[in-house]
Amino acid sequence: MSCTTSLQPTRRLLLCSAAAFFFVGTTLARARTLAGSLPWEAGTATPPVAVRPGPWMFFTADEAAVVEAAVDRLIPPDNRGPGGKDTGCAVFIDRQLAGPYGRAEGLYTRPPFMPGAATQGYQLPDSPAARYRTGLRALAEYIKGNFAGKSFRDLAPGDQDTVLKGLESGSIVLKDVKSAEFFALLLANTQEGFFADPIYGGNRDMASWRLIGFPGARYDYRDWVDRHNEPYPLPPVSIMGRSDWTVKD
Amino acid sequence: MMRRSLTATVLFAGLTGAAFAQDTQSFDRIERGRYLAVLGDCAGCHTAPGGAPFAGGLALQTPFGTLVAPNITPDPETGIGNMSNDDFLATLHEGRGHNGKRLYPAMPYPAYTKMTDDDVLAMRAYFATIAPVKNPVVSNQLPFPLNIRLAMAFWNGLNFTPGRYQPNPQKSAVWNRGAYIVEGPAHCGTCHTPKTLLGGDKNNVALTGATLQGWFAPDITNDTRKGIGGWSIDDLVQYLKKGTNNWTLASGPMAEAVSHSTSQMNDDDILAIATYLKDNGEGGVSAKPAVVAANNNVMHAGAAIYKDSCAACHKDSGQGEANLFPRLAGSALVQSDDPTTLARVVLHGTRAVATAGAPTGPAMPAFDWRLDDAQVAAVLTYIRSNWGNAAEAVSATAVATQRASLAKSP
Amino acid sequence: MARKLPAKDVVIIGLGWTGAILAYELAKTGLNVVAIERGPWRDTATDFPPAYAQDELRYAVRLDLFLRPEQQTLTFRNNASQTALPIRSFSGFLPGNGVGGAGIHWNGQTWRFLPTDFQLRSHLEGRYGKAALPADMTIQDWPVTYDELEPYYDRFEKLCGTSGKAGNIRGQKQAGGNPFEGWRSSEYPTPPLKQGLGATLFAEAARKTGHSPFPQPASNLSEAYVNPLGVKLGQCTYCGFCERFGCGNYAKASPQTCVLPALLRFPNFSAQTESEVTKINLDSTGKRATGVTYVDTSGQEWEQPADIVLMCAFSFFNVQLMLLSGIGKPYDPQTGQGVVGRNYAYQTTSSVSVILKDKILNPFIATGAHGMIIDDYNGDNFDHTGLGFVGGGYMGFGQTGARPIQTRPVPKGTPKWGAEWKKATAETYQRACSLATHASSYSYKDCYLDLDPTYKDRFGRPLLRMTFDFHDNELKMSAYLTDRLAEIAKAMDPVELVASPRKGPYDSTIYQTTHNTGGTVMGADPATSVLNRYCQSWDVHNVFVPGGASVFPQNHGYNPTDTVGALAYWAADAIRNRYLKNPGPLV
Repeated sequence: MSCTTSLQPTRRLLLCSAAAFFFVGTTLARARTLAGSLPWEAGTATPPVAVRPGPWMFFTADEAAVVEAAVDRLIPPDNRGPGGKDTGCAVFIDRQLAGPYGRAEGLYTRPPFMPGAATQGYQLPDSPAARYRTGLRALAEYIKGNFAGKSFRDLAPGDQDTVLKGLESGSIVLKDVKSAEFFALLLANTQEGFFADPIYGGNRDMASWRLIGFPGARYDYRDWVDRHNEPYPLPPVSIMGRSDWTVKD
Repeated sequence: MMRRSLTATVLFAGLTGAAFAQDTQSFDRIERGRYLAVLGDCAGCHTAPGGAPFAGGLALQTPFGTLVAPNITPDPETGIGNMSNDDFLATLHEGRGHNGKRLYPAMPYPAYTKMTDDDVLAMRAYFATIAPVKNPVVSNQLPFPLNIRLAMAFWNGLNFTPGRYQPNPQKSAVWNRGAYIVEGPAHCGTCHTPKTLLGGDKNNVALTGATLQGWFAPDITNDTRKGIGGWSIDDLVQYLKKGTNNWTLASGPMAEAVSHSTSQMNDDDILAIATYLKDNGEGGVSAKPAVVAANNNVMHAGAAIYKDSCAACHKDSGQGEANLFPRLAGSALVQSDDPTTLARVVLHGTRAVATAGAPTGPAMPAFDWRLDDAQVAAVLTYIRSNWGNAAEAVSATAVATQRASLAKSP
Repeated sequence: MARKLPAKDVVIIGLGWTGAILAYELAKTGLNVVAIERGPWRDTATDFPPAYAQDELRYAVRLDLFLRPEQQTLTFRNNASQTALPIRSFSGFLPGNGVGGAGIHWNGQTWRFLPTDFQLRSHLEGRYGKAALPADMTIQDWPVTYDELEPYYDRFEKLCGTSGKAGNIRGQKQAGGNPFEGWRSSEYPTPPLKQGLGATLFAEAARKTGHSPFPQPASNLSEAYVNPLGVKLGQCTYCGFCERFGCGNYAKASPQTCVLPALLRFPNFSAQTESEVTKINLDSTGKRATGVTYVDTSGQEWEQPADIVLMCAFSFFNVQLMLLSGIGKPYDPQTGQGVVGRNYAYQTTSSVSVILKDKILNPFIATGAHGMIIDDYNGDNFDHTGLGFVGGGYMGFGQTGARPIQTRPVPKGTPKWGAEWKKATAETYQRACSLATHASSYSYKDCYLDLDPTYKDRFGRPLLRMTFDFHDNELKMSAYLTDRLAEIAKAMDPVELVASPRKGPYDSTIYQTTHNTGGTVMGADPATSVLNRYCQSWDVHNVFVPGGASVFPQNHGYNPTDTVGALAYWAADAIRNRYLKNPGPLV
C-alpha cells in the first residue's frame, strides 16, 4: 500500500496506518478477515450511477414506440403535469431491462419450474427482459390482427385505453403470454419509473414528486415534525441535487 | 548460587552487549524507552502494515522519489544491532545513519535533536529488546541526483541547527515538559509548521499550519479564528486522548498520530502538551478576511447544497454533534487559510480515529460523485462565511486541481 | 478437501444482532472468538450514507441490502397437500444478509412481550379452560419468565438507546406510557420521539374512545446517546427512509452503531465475511460439535474447529443448518414426534386506511418506529370470553413514511391507472394514512419447517421448506382487532375508511413483516423443544442458539427484536457464568 508524503517527515495517510496495521488481507478470494479496527477505505462506496440520455439500450425502435405510447396512457399528461412519456418512464423501463433487474440477477432460477398456487409466487424461468420481449411481440401480433395491420402507437388514445383495459382484465388473450400478468408488470414498472429518483431515467424534473408534494431525497425534518398542518416549503431534491445547487450567473 | 548467576549475567552482557551501555537491562529504563518511542511515534514509519514491529520496509512516496524506512530491530546485519550508543545519538541528534551517512529529514531529526541524551539512550535500550528481524531495506530510492546524500550537508547548513531543548526558567515544569514533548519527540512542527521551498521549517511562524500531499495540518497556535484560540485546555486534552472533543474528530494523518501516539501518552504528558500549546505564542486574531455576502449567488447555491446534503448531520445551525459530526460554526479547520482538508474530506470522505475512550469511529461519506467542482466550491465557500465564520471563498479550479491529484494518489 | 484452520474457543455463525452481542460478551472474557458471516461487511458511511441511502427504488423495491434468493432461499406451501415451490424472489418477508444482518434495515420498533406471554398455555388454560384452545394449537410456556428476563430487556434497550415513555416502573404506573406493559426496572434510555399530525389525531381518537395511547418504543433515537459500550449514536432526523434502508445518521440502533466499533477493538476477535457455513461438524458420538465447515467465495472449503458453536443466523437458517448437521430430531408432523422445525409461526397483521378532510399530514416525515399505539387488545389484556379466539396485538398509527413508489393511497374504487388515478393520487397523498394491527401468531401442528425433497441451494444442499397457513383462531382475532381499530379510526372523522382484516390463505407474495419464528424452540421439556432454557441444544451441549427468533415457542403480538436481544444477553450470561465453568448440559 503506497503512501504519499512530501519530503518532510509526515504522518502516513490513514490508508497506510491505523486501518492497515490491523486489516489483514487474506488469500481468500473476496472474503475478508476483519480484526482490530473497523475497516475503511476511500473509494469503496457504491453510489448510484445516473442514467444518461441516449439511444435505447434494450428496446428496439418499434418496441420503444409502443412502450412510450402505453406509458402515456397509464399516466396521461394533463393540466397537473406531464405524463409517462415526457417524464421518461419508457427510458426508465429500457434501462432497467438492460440491467441486473432485467436479467433477474440474484433471483432463484433453478429448475424444476412447476405451476403453483397464487400464494406461491412467480414460478416461470422468464426474466423481466424476456417477459417484455415476448409480451410486446404477442401484443404487436394481436394489434396487427385486430386493428387492420396497425401498431399500438397508431391507435387513437381511446382505443389504446380499451386495449390496456383488456390486457389488465385478461379479456384480451395473447398468444403464449398471460396478458393480465404482463400488464401488471408493465404498470408496476411504469409507476416505479414515474415515482423513482430521476437518476434512473424517469420522473424527469421530479415531476411526480411535485405532483403529490413529496420532497424527494431529503434527510432532515427535525424542525418540521411538530409543525402540524403546515405545507412543507422546500422544493423536492433528487439524489443528484436540484437546480438551486447551480451557481446562477 | 545467586552470585554465580549474577556473574553470568554480567559476563553475558559483556559478551553480547559490548556495544550497549550499562543499565540496558533495567526494566524502568526500557519501559521509559518504550514510552518515548510512543511519544516519538517511531512505529508510524518503521513498522510496515502487517509487518513485524520496527522491521522497516514502509515506502514513503515523496515528491522527490521513494524513501523506505529502515529496519531498526536489533538484527546485526539488516537492523541496528551493531550500532553504538554514540551512533544512535548521532542519528537522532544530527541526522546521521549507519557509518555516518546523512539521513533525509523524512526522519525528523530536526525535532529529535531537542531530546536529551538520556532519553535517546533509553530509546536505544528499548529498541535493543525488540525481536530482531532479518529484513534488508534499501532506504534510499530517490532518483539521481537527489540520492546523493552529501547534498544533505548543504540542506542541513541552511535548515538545521542541532541542539538540545533549553528549558524556559520563567515557565512552570508542566509547561516545559509540554514544550519538550511538542518540539522534541512528538515533532508536531514537522507537520504543523509551514515549510520553505526546500522543505525546511519556517520557524518564525511555527505551528501555523502546513499542507502535505492533500491534507492541511491546521494552525495549532492560539489564533481564535484559524487556530486553537477558542479551545480550552480540556478541549485539547480530550482531543489528544480520545481523538475527539466538542469541536471535531481527528482523521487523516492525525488519526494515526492519535491512535499510535497521543492516545497512549500518560495523562500528565497530555496535560503538559495542552498547557504549552495553549500558552504558545502566535496568539491573537489574524486579519479577518471579508465575509462573502449572504446574498451572493455562490452563497445561495452553497446554502441549498448545505441544506440538502450536509444539514442532516452537521445541522442547520452548523453545530454538528459532539464526538460524532464536527462542528462547523466557529470551527478553525473550516476557517483555515488553506482549504485542502475541507475539499478533500468533501470529495473523498474520511474516517475519524477510534480510541479506547471514543470507539465509535464515525466516517464522513464521499461526495465526489454527487457534487461537481463548482458545487463543492460553493458549499465550502458557504460554510466558511456563514454562522459568523470568516474565510476566503474557495474556487472551482482549486477543487478541480485537488480532485485530479486525489485521483492520482488517494 | 477442506483446509483446516487453527482452533478457536468460540465460532459464531452469522454476525447480526445476536452474533455481535455474543461475540462482545465472550471476547470480553478473553476467549478467542471468530464470527463467520455469509454476506459482506457493511459500514454506515460507505454503504448507506445520507447522500444516497434515500433511494426507494434501490433499497425498498429492488431490495439491495437483502439476501439474494440465489444465495439462499426457501420453498413454501400452505399445507401438506401442495408441493412446496421455491420463493424465487422475496416479497412476503425479507431476510437480511451481511454483517449487521437485518439489524441494519429494521424499523427499530422495540417491544417487550407481556408477562403472561411467557406462561401462555398455563395462563390461557387457567383463565379460559383447556377446551378454549384448539386441539392442534401447540403453544407452550416459555422456559423463562418475564421477571427473569427483565434485566436483559433493560440491557438490550440501553445498548440501543431506545426512545420511549415507561408505563410501569417497578409496579408504579406512569402517565403517558403503556399501562399494560410488564414492569420495567427503569425509564427508557432516551425520551420519546416527536409525533406528527397523523399520530396525534389517532391518539386523540383513541383517548376519546376510552383507550390508552402511548408513543411507540423506538430504536430510532430522539437524541444523541452514548451506550454502555462507549459507542455514540446520533439523533434521528425523521427522514422517512427507515425499514429496508440503512441509517446514514448513526441514529438507528444496529450492530454497526451499537456494538461493532467496540467489538472490533478486541484483539481476540476476528470476523470472516462472505463465507457461508455449510455444516456444523460433530464428533463420532454425535453429542459434541467439533466446529464448522464453511465455504468462501472462491469455493474453497475451510474447517474451523472450536469448543463452542453459536448459531446466530436468521431464524430460518438456524433451523436449516441444524437439520443439515443432524443435530436434534427432525419434526414429523404426521406423528407429532421430533422437534427441529416444529412450531413455526409468523405475525398476523391488518390495516385500516383512512382519508381525512383538509389536513396536511406530511406523511413523508416519519421514523421507523414513531407513532401512537394502544395495547388494550394485546395478549390477554382483554377478556376473550365468548369471542371465539385467543391472542391479540397492538394497534395504532405507526406509518413509517410515504415513499411514493410504494405508498400513494387513493380512495377505494379508484382505477389503477389513467387520468382518474393521477388526479386521485395527487389529491389524496397528503390526506391519507394507514393504521395497523400487529398481532400474535400461535403455533400449530401443521405449521412447521423441514428440508425440501426437491430444490437445492448453490451448494447442493436441500432448501428449507415452509408449510404454513393462517388458522381460524388468527383470522377471527384479526377480524375482531380490525373492527376495534376501525371504531377508533371513525373517531378521527375521516371522509373514507377502509378496513382490511387479514384473510386466508397466507400469501407469501404480500409483505407482512419478517417476523418468522420457531423451529428451534426453547422449552422445559426435550420432547417439545430443541433447546433448554439457556438456549443450549438438548442433544449437543456445546451448541447454542442464543436468542434468535427461531427459539420462540410461538409468536406474540409484538415485534421480536427486543426479545431476541434480551435472550442473547441471557444466553451470554449462561455461557459465561455457567457453561464455561463447567462445560456440559446446563439442565
